[in-house]
Amino acid sequence: MKRLILILISFLFVSQTLSSKVPDTKRIRVLNYDQLEPYLNFRNDTVYLVNFWATWCAPCIAELPAIKAVEEKYSDKKFKVLLVSLDMLGHLKSRLTPFVLSHKITSDVFLLDDPNQNRWIDKVDKSWSGEIPFTLIYGKDFRDSYTQQFDFKTLDSIINRKIKMP
Amino acid sequence: MKRIISVVSILLFAVVAAYSSGYNVGDKATEFKLKNIDGKLISFSNFYDAKGFVVVFTCNGCPYAQAYQDRLIEIDKKYKLKGYPVIAINPNDPALAPDDSYDKMVSVAKKEGFTFPYLTDEKQEVYRQYGATRTPHVYVLQKKGSDFVVQYIGAIDDNHQDATKVTSPFLANALDALIAGSMPEPATTKAIGCGIKDKRKK
Repeated sequence: MKRLILILISFLFVSQTLSSKVPDTKRIRVLNYDQLEPYLNFRNDTVYLVNFWATWCAPCIAELPAIKAVEEKYSDKKFKVLLVSLDMLGHLKSRLTPFVLSHKITSDVFLLDDPNQNRWIDKVDKSWSGEIPFTLIYGKDFRDSYTQQFDFKTLDSIINRKIKMP
Repeated sequence: MKRIISVVSILLFAVVAAYSSGYNVGDKATEFKLKNIDGKLISFSNFYDAKGFVVVFTCNGCPYAQAYQDRLIEIDKKYKLKGYPVIAINPNDPALAPDDSYDKMVSVAKKEGFTFPYLTDEKQEVYRQYGATRTPHVYVLQKKGSDFVVQYIGAIDDNHQDATKVTSPFLANALDALIAGSMPEPATTKAIGCGIKDKRKK
């Protein structure tokens, strides 16, 4: 009996873990810049990776597996990934949601719907001219930006270093 | 000998700096000669009566570039009569962006009815000289004597999704200012665009 309960409990635990891995498309939140801004400026012990991308951006899509792998590698560390999509609002249901589902993306995904980009690009990062992919990696004491297309090795070494920082 | 080395290194440094940073407002733009979709080479001297140019780095495949195709045609039609024709340049490496091949440039220009030259930056040198980072990325040049001075860098307007909801037509405002004899304000703006596809960037 004890064994059965144990099996039952472990089964419940596993299914719980599995179900939490299934992406919930309702959490693709549509935000304007002012609503997004707090996510770019947390001041706590976590290292944040904020990636600006779009489903139509080939180099963005190419680096997603690297981001996902790093996210999984440091899942027990204070590290969080936010994916900010610049897909057009009209493509939320037809393109973005199916993409997030089919690629099993488990990070938080936002759709930034704020056409007056000239107003907010500098607020994200002064050195950013607006091209994507663009990645912001920040913590309490640092804020770095990258316009390159990441591979796993490069991204892993950056995150590894940042997480270990005192 | 030492002096020669230092002079050479300073020169080299200047060249590298010029290449990596690109143009700022007020800089003189260098003349280029690039192949148009009709196979002919185009440079500033092809437009003998131009007062300046709207040089726009754009491409076929990027949705942001596509969103502005019609608006660029309108800008060209209106402002070439006032001395500021559009010159479009595709800076992408077709090996990385197959949609941006020369053949596809020819067909897109035909299909969309481009009224302006659409040049290929085959060696990917001109976009680096300008400092363009994305498509679309606009540079307005004004002729001053024999020089072409950069007077505006940035976006076309402030709404890529819907032309009817534009509140600040940055590019048209910049051109109107130059034509009226004043300086564009703002002289630089930013917009989201597709990163330029270049193997050296990886």
